[in-house]
Amino acid sequence: MEDFIPVIPRGVRLHFDRVRDLWVLLAPERTINLDPVGLAILNEVDGERSVSQIAGDLAARYDAPVDQITTDMREFLAGLMDRRIMETRP
Amino acid sequence: MNTHAKPTAATTVRPKPPIAMLAELTHRCPLSCPYCSNPLELTKRDAELPTEVWVDVFRQAADLGVLQLHLSGGEPASRRDLVDLVRAARDVGLYTNLITSAIGLTERRLKELDEAGLDHVQLSLQGTDAEMADRIGGYRGGFARKMQAAQWIVDAGFPLTLNAVVHRQNLHQLPRAIEMAVEMKARRIEVAIVQFHGWAMENRAAMMPTREQAAEAGRIVAEARVRLKGQLVLDYVPADYHNDYPKRCMGGWGTTGLNVTPEGKVLPCHAAETIPHLTFDNVRDRPLSEIWYQGAAFQAYRGEDWMQEPCRSCERRKIDFGGCRCQAMAIAGDPAATDPVCIKSPLHGRMVAMADDFAGDDAAVLTYRTGP
Repeated sequence: MEDFIPVIPRGVRLHFDRVRDLWVLLAPERTINLDPVGLAILNEVDGERSVSQIAGDLAARYDAPVDQITTDMREFLAGLMDRRIMETRP
Repeated sequence: MNTHAKPTAATTVRPKPPIAMLAELTHRCPLSCPYCSNPLELTKRDAELPTEVWVDVFRQAADLGVLQLHLSGGEPASRRDLVDLVRAARDVGLYTNLITSAIGLTERRLKELDEAGLDHVQLSLQGTDAEMADRIGGYRGGFARKMQAAQWIVDAGFPLTLNAVVHRQNLHQLPRAIEMAVEMKARRIEVAIVQFHGWAMENRAAMMPTREQAAEAGRIVAEARVRLKGQLVLDYVPADYHNDYPKRCMGGWGTTGLNVTPEGKVLPCHAAETIPHLTFDNVRDRPLSEIWYQGAAFQAYRGEDWMQEPCRSCERRKIDFGGCRCQAMAIAGDPAATDPVCIKSPLHGRMVAMADDFAGDDAAVLTYRTGP
């Protein structure tokens, strides 16, 4: 999975919920409240960089172990992919 | 008369803001499905809210905390201002979902909806072939038009959910409906066994699934969820009457969502008008926020103070909130009673017998919805 490029598909978007003061991911019939980790990951999903490139960038920025970030990302993105809220391309 | 709304600590806690709003733009519809969730008394065109009122309601909804807007009906495409309404909803940040039969959607109109920012399309399916779909929808040629529109929807790139409404007459087509969703590249399918409210109440004998069908549908959905993981999301509404515990109706009364009718009445659920003692505020008279937080209909069954036994002391009361208030009204004659579906309800046995009687009524004919 690390070599794949995550893409936020059409019909899914990040939205700042000003009433509840939090970031959410809006998708068909689903609203996902984002914690800071989820938001940090989604903010990096640009349809250009692969999972490993994003993990490397986040590790450098937050001075965190890249293995841990890769694990977090894989888990988070796989959960979204199962629900058709995230796609990947090679 | 509302005799059980005495405010206590539990009911005076400020409710959370709603997440979803169902805007029933119109009751007009080219189809006449016998399970239509609209009320028996339909709103006429000249009583529908005008564009500018809907636009203001969308703004109020977004300010109130609504994130997801479902544009429904009737057939929402029957509104000539649909594109303007979608644009207005997107302008205030709402996730905009069109719930449609696709009759009345042209390629050009879909392009305009795309440009207006429509997020998602939910397409209803009355059957998997013309014979079934046109008979259930009561509209000859409807299936062919729907399939053509479905192609346009997919070609335009909209994410698509197929909404298969199933009942005794078409449940054998469920595997094919799931296959069609895959072929159409839908991301989701909602498999909804008919819930008996609105016009469906008139058609319980013709549409009630058999116990075997209800169980088989559960197996088909469970198998497809595993097989199609990551490809197709399946949401499932099981057969209500055959269950041992009631549905978690609306995720709790006045906790998650609200409905606005074509004439502007604000309801806690689409069937709430069947509860005779409730009175409903109208968006023409009162701000949406006040209606949500203080409206009598919303307050009526919030929290647990209204509950009777066996709900009041039941460990499941925080799971299903006593079930459906409209069903308690319809079957038990008391909207504060335990939903008679529940195995703990004194009426559960009657519900089981009714389900079997209806399911076995082979002579029953469909009563079609009429026009407003």
